[in-house]
Formats: sequence, structure tokens, C-alpha cells
Amino acid sequence: MSFYGLVDGTETSLKKYLGSLSGVDQVGADARAAMLATRSIKTTSKRWAIDTAISMVDLTTLEGADTPGKVKALCTKAVRPDPTDATVPSVGAVCVYNDMVEIARTHLDLIGGQHVGVAAVSTAFPSGRASMAVKIQDTKDAINAGASEIDMVIDRGAFLSGRYIEVFDEIVKIREVCATKAHLKVIFETGELVTYDNVRKASFLAMAAGADFIKTSTGKVSPAATAPVVLVMLEAVRDFYTMTKVRIGVKPAGGIRNTKDAIKQLVLVNETAGPEWLKPSLFRIGASALLNDLLMQRMKIDDGYYASPQYVTID
Amino acid sequence: MSNRIDVKKTYKLFINGAFPRTESGRTYEVKNAKGIFIANPCLASRKDLRDAVVAARAAHHGWNKATAYNKGQILYRLAEMLEGRRAQFVDEIVTVTGVSKAKAEIEVTDSVDRLVWYAGWADKISSLSGALNPVAGPYYNFTIPESMGVIAAIAPETPSLLGFIDSIAPIIVGGNTVVVLASTKAPLSAMSFAEVIATSDLPAGVINILTGRKDEITPWMASHMDIDGLDISGLSSKKHAEVKSTGAQNLKRIYSFKSDEPGRILAFMENKTVWHPIGL
Repeated sequence: MSFYGLVDGTETSLKKYLGSLSGVDQVGADARAAMLATRSIKTTSKRWAIDTAISMVDLTTLEGADTPGKVKALCTKAVRPDPTDATVPSVGAVCVYNDMVEIARTHLDLIGGQHVGVAAVSTAFPSGRASMAVKIQDTKDAINAGASEIDMVIDRGAFLSGRYIEVFDEIVKIREVCATKAHLKVIFETGELVTYDNVRKASFLAMAAGADFIKTSTGKVSPAATAPVVLVMLEAVRDFYTMTKVRIGVKPAGGIRNTKDAIKQLVLVNETAGPEWLKPSLFRIGASALLNDLLMQRMKIDDGYYASPQYVTID
Repeated sequence: MSNRIDVKKTYKLFINGAFPRTESGRTYEVKNAKGIFIANPCLASRKDLRDAVVAARAAHHGWNKATAYNKGQILYRLAEMLEGRRAQFVDEIVTVTGVSKAKAEIEVTDSVDRLVWYAGWADKISSLSGALNPVAGPYYNFTIPESMGVIAAIAPETPSLLGFIDSIAPIIVGGNTVVVLASTKAPLSAMSFAEVIATSDLPAGVINILTGRKDEITPWMASHMDIDGLDISGLSSKKHAEVKSTGAQNLKRIYSFKSDEPGRILAFMENKTVWHPIGL
């Protein structure tokens, strides 16, 4: 593994690499995110933004009460979000627990959803508290069941204690399991990382270790994908691109519930990382309730009157 | 001469239990009968209506589930709070409409009594309008009225307080939530009534009040897919056909009323029939 020539896999080189990062100006990041949130996106731009956002949704169900029936219903919605309108694009992927991956993949293939990926949350999601052997087996299970994307969690305890090399090695090992069979998304759980400096550090650590995507949160901890955190991560992928000419994706997840929030995220992407990132292969939004609001806003634009939640599916 | 500076009241909207300004930032002038400036209430936009409907929809489940006894208590509490502030309401009615103090007193008294009257209906409407139906089979068969959901209402221009009470009370007593557009020329009573609501244990979002122009807001009310019924008592009869035609596309129940008949309550309720198996 070359790690883009940034580190050689030893603790010394990793510490040197992370130590070379500049700090994040917290007040500046908050102010910049707040300023970008005031942008007003209307009419044709809004229509474009809604369709783009739909194609970026990782339609998610991560509940203890999930059933095969619920996952199948979710897959049907993922392929054709609005049954009454075939011009609505499919979402990026469905995101489920490991044991639901095979059910999701089979059902998607059955209904003509080969283009929709299945993302599995692996490595003892959401806490990440399991032995490395279990985490590796967890990931292998998901890939064998047909997952095309692996959402792994990092060991926040190790990261916050400064044992960066442990986190790094974990990501490297999971990367090896994924190989070319699945995209790897690394979840930081930014709500537990305390500072923006830590978010920036975790971003560079994960990117050097081989992440294809960096993801804010599990959705189980609040706060989740706040605008300043996403801004810091987008700045990280932008800077990483400058260093390596490799584009890493970003996935905010948790707390993005309506169209306004989603469009704010797209503005952040466009103004921070750049328009090259405005596509599902480089930006995803992890959400469940968001899709209904996007559909209702789309109906409002097309019909000219306000839509009702009674005309979209419950989940 | 007093050195004290006037404390002028800002009349805002009432949405989801809070008093926001209109998102549009617009206001309009309210003048009294002699043309003297009185206040600058909000000129609500369609987006304020949108926000109010979201709040009303979210509040519907809880309010609909509240027991009839509890609904009656809360409506009675509204009457209590209004009674305690009658001087303020009399004063506002006199200032805005120019009627005599005695006439304004009567309107406020009637408003309090009307609220008490509707409070009484809360636990009687389903027994009086429901039925136990005879069926040929081993079933109890009931028909009971249930709330429709979110109802929009256009309050009449006058009487500004009593007409407003008549617009909202029959809708909420049946378990619906309401978005109401207050009298354009005399909105002060309605906005002061929002303060009565805010101190009456009525859950946030059950009553939402907008002030503004009927011509601007009514078409959006009629076309809104998430409004189940519309009371156009306060709208000029010349406009009724147009509103009904717009509302027809989403099967909205649209009614207009003249008085305080119990039919006002049932207009925005739907009958549910239940077949309950019994032993032989």
C-alpha cells in the first residue's frame, strides 16, 4: 500500500502527516456555513437541485425493528421514488444493516433496480466496539451478500485517546477486505469528535488510509451532519485533491430532513469542494424522511399548489 | 404631561404556538372608521400559510386524540381567559370599528358565551349525532363522527371578535386543527385573541392565525392538498364559485355558514362506521 505517498504505514509517519495539518478556525467555519445557508435557490435552479439531491440520497433504514418487508418496500421506493412520475430519478443507494443486504440486493435486481447500490453498515455499527476479527468478518459477510458499498465506523475511543495508528490500521484492513468489490465509506460520528480540528484530522487520516468516501455520522448520535462540520470535511477533500489529484466523496448523514436542508448541503458542496463534487459518485446524503419532502417540493413546483404528505409513502 | 413613552403593540402572526412576523416582511395599515392610523399588522404570504398548515397537521394527531372532556375543558379555559381581559377587547373593538362602548361590551359578552356554548358541545356531539345501527348479524354497528384533519377558515370582516370565534370554535371542538385568516380591516381582536390562546393550555398548532388579504391567501387555501376543509363564511359570495372550483380538484369540503348552528361542527366531521363482533 502506498497511501498516496503521504505516510508509510508507521506511527511516526502518520503522526508527522497529521501534525502537519493546519487547524480549523471554528468561528470562521461557523460564520462561513451560516453565510452559505442564506443563499436562495429558486425556480429552475431549485428544480435541478431537487432532482440532483434525490439522485444523491442513500435511502436508509437502520432500526432494530427492520423487517424484510420494510426493506423491500424501501428498495421499491429507491428505484422509483414517485410511482406517479417516472421522471423522478432513482436514489443513489439503499443503506441497511448487514443481515438485510441480500434481501435488498435480490429485491432491487428483481424490480429492475440494478443501478441502485446497496450500502451496508459494517464493523459493529454504530458503536464500533468489537474485535478486529469480528469487524473483518462483518465486512466480508456484507460483501458476500451483495453490498457494493461498505459504511464502516471508526473507533472513536482510540481516535480521541490519540491512538491514531489503530484507527488507521483498522481502515486499511477493511479497505483490503473491500478491495475492488465495494466502495468504502468511513463514518467519523462527528457528534463525538468534539472539535472541528478533530474532524479535519479524522478526514485526512481516513483519506490517506484508503477511504472512497468520508461520512459524518451514524444517525444515532446528535448533533449529526451540521453545516460547519460538512464544510470542514468538504475543505478536507478539496485540500486532499490539491495534494494527490484524487477526489474523495463526502456523505453527510443524520438530521437532514427537508428540502431546504438538502439544498443548503448542495450549496456547501458547490462553494467549497466545487461543482465536480455535485454528483452521486462524490456526494451522498444519508436520510430517510428527506426523500418524501423532496418529492413534495417537486410536486409543488410541477403542479403549482402545495402538496400533502398523504400522497407520498409513509416510510 | 406624562414623560412616559408610549408602549406600542406589535401585531404579529400566530403559528405553532409562537408569534412570528410574516416571512415576507410585509405589513399593511389598519385605520379606524374615521381614517386614523391604528396599527401595522402583518400582511401574510402564501409561505406563512404553508408553515401554518405544517404546524396544524403536526398538531392534529394529538388534539384529535384528546378526550372530549379535555377538549371541553380547554375551550372553557379560552372563555375564562377572554372574560378576564374583556376591557382590552372592548377597547380594541371601539378603537378600530368606532362602535359605542355598550355595543362592544355586548360583542365581547357574546363571544365569551359562544365559547362556553361550544365547550359544552365537546362531549355531546358524538352521542347526539352518532348512532347504533341495527344490522342483520352478530355485530354491534356504530356510526360516530370523527374529525377531518386540517381545516382552513376565512373569518368574516365583522363582527371582528364574535365572527372570529364562530370561525374557529366549531372546527376545533370536533378535533380538527385550524388555520384562520382574520378580518382584514379589523384584525386586532383576532391577534389579541392569540394571546388568550397562548395562555389556555391549547396545544401549539391547533389554532394558527394569519392576517392579510383574502384575495391573496384564499386561492392557496383552496388548492392546498393538505387542507381537508375550508370555511368561506368570511368571503364575499361573488368569490364562492371560483374557490369551490379550485377546491374541487383536491375534493376539499367547502362550506359557508350564517349562524351558530351545531351544523357548523358536523360540517367538518366525517362519519365512521364500526362493525364490532359480538357473541351469539
